[in-house]
Amino acid sequence: MKARVIDDSSIFGRLAWRSLSVTRTIIAFARRDRRAMVGGILLILYILVALVGPSIAPYDSNSPELAVRMQAPSWAHWLGTDRIGRDVLTRIIAGSQISLQVAAGAVVMALILGAPLGALGSYLGGVVDSLVQRVMDAIMAFPSLVLALALVALAGPSVIMLWFAIAFSSIPRYARLVRSGVLTQKEREYVYAARAMGQSSMRILVRQILPNIMAPIAVQLTLDFARAISVEAALSYLGLGLSVPYISWGTMIRDAQDFLEVAPWLAIFPGLALVGVILAFTLVGDALRDLMDPRMRRSLNTPGQRIGIGHADHPGALGS
Amino acid sequence: MLIRYAAMRLVQLVPMVLVVTMVVFFVMMIVPGDPVMVMLGAVDGAQISQEVYDAMRMRLGLDQPLIVQYVNWLWNMLQGDLGSSITYRTPALEVILHRLVPTMYLMVGGIIMAVIIAVPAGVLAAIHNNTKWDNLATGFVIVGISVPTFWLALVTILIFAVYLGWLPSIGYTPPQKDFVDFLRHLALPLTVVALNIAATVLRFQRQDFLEQMHQDYVRTARAKGLSERVVLWKHVLRNSLITTLTVVGLQMAYLSGLITIVETVFNYPGIGYLLLNSIHTRDFVVVQGVVLFMVFLVIVVNLLVDILYAVLDPRIRYQ
Repeated sequence: MKARVIDDSSIFGRLAWRSLSVTRTIIAFARRDRRAMVGGILLILYILVALVGPSIAPYDSNSPELAVRMQAPSWAHWLGTDRIGRDVLTRIIAGSQISLQVAAGAVVMALILGAPLGALGSYLGGVVDSLVQRVMDAIMAFPSLVLALALVALAGPSVIMLWFAIAFSSIPRYARLVRSGVLTQKEREYVYAARAMGQSSMRILVRQILPNIMAPIAVQLTLDFARAISVEAALSYLGLGLSVPYISWGTMIRDAQDFLEVAPWLAIFPGLALVGVILAFTLVGDALRDLMDPRMRRSLNTPGQRIGIGHADHPGALGS
Repeated sequence: MLIRYAAMRLVQLVPMVLVVTMVVFFVMMIVPGDPVMVMLGAVDGAQISQEVYDAMRMRLGLDQPLIVQYVNWLWNMLQGDLGSSITYRTPALEVILHRLVPTMYLMVGGIIMAVIIAVPAGVLAAIHNNTKWDNLATGFVIVGISVPTFWLALVTILIFAVYLGWLPSIGYTPPQKDFVDFLRHLALPLTVVALNIAATVLRFQRQDFLEQMHQDYVRTARAKGLSERVVLWKHVLRNSLITTLTVVGLQMAYLSGLITIVETVFNYPGIGYLLLNSIHTRDFVVVQGVVLFMVFLVIVVNLLVDILYAVLDPRIRYQ
């Protein structure tokens, strides 16, 4: 590869320079924190597999080949074949797309629904605020997997319904993050300055305050990603996920259950794929949390220098 | 003072109960199809006269405004009238209560086992911070969070039932019938539930213990010349148990999802298994009943935790 001098005066040069420095920051972060390193590498791997995997996979993910039914892992089929002769590796690769797509949709939906609620509450205060708060409390008390089950069972599984069912219980987390963020930021000088310049409340909220409270939101998004993947898989396992032609790891494991004794690989490999991706998001999320908010530096690997703070994060974040 | 606190907490629950029941009420309204036709048993375009249709509609109260429907519905629910199961032909509450006992073994047993594992492990990890014990505990937490429950359950079946043949893979025996067999059937599902809860409890136990160890009262206790053992295992642990209690309380909502999965994998006849079966047989009266039942369980346990909290820490009562 030829090295090129970056011309700082051109727009492209500046963009390149900026993305280079972002890359550098990420690499520095990964070097400092082992979790970020392991999680990050795993994550890149999964995203690559989801993006290019299906086009280079050796077999067709959905067409049966009865001659090679229930074969144990071999050179031809690295992870074996299922009861109608479909290649397990190919199906796992195809499944990565659904897993990541559904999780991404759910996480974004939770943010889109939760953030405005939190902003509204903190900006208007009073009755609206306490009403929003009470509703959020109630949603937090709800058994989220059970609710997701009921929603999907009643409305029938579709991609959008899955997004909503998985997102629903995360809404309060974003509402709360944004609410507390706005409350702490809105008395800051830069907000007064923006107001003095005649900017509208909406513009101040979106252009000034939002960028300043992105860090905790980004951490929450990463951790929720892990949760969403796990809930999607659980719903599919319970028979309430997307059906054919979609391939979900949860459904693969469900189908494998009847053949546990004769073909354990059918259940083991999709499960390992799931564990890997959940692990990746959890590790990166944990590392990011420590990096971005030193007050929360009480996570897995770092001993907390303790000043008594409340329980900012609680296990609701962990799952269904 | 404690009773006043408890009463206050109870009153504060009212809006939560309202919102939660409203959610269930409206979720149930999205059932596809016309409930009147379903009740009349006219599914496949059967001809029903307008009079019969209107009469059933009125009987179901569907001609009333939505808010009246909700209030009536809530009133019935609070009286324990959850409607009748379509598949079992008995009151839904009866069906649920019948399945409750096996679930309670799993829930209560799971929590107890989780606390027995997680609290000492969390304390040890905090005391031996950044040693290999701590890493082991941390590794357990990460794995516990990252491994999906249903898959963990399948793997335990694969190891202990299929390969080793030590335990039955699915089913349930009531303890009064054959206690040993009861334990053998309970062992795997209970372990899966306990490990899952233990990961979370351990994580927070460790964090809180670490925090507590740097508090002023610890320095005071040491300065008084108390032995390290008394300081850590008596003073610090007592204070951090409040966190443990909160975490366990907060796990309740999560736990009902967890047992739904675990009971389904192990064909364990509790309310979670009932919920899933009812979803598949489209017995929505039971689905609604189980969801409400689980929600009330969560609310009641959280109330108890709040009260217990105030018992453990008198300061909370005066806030």
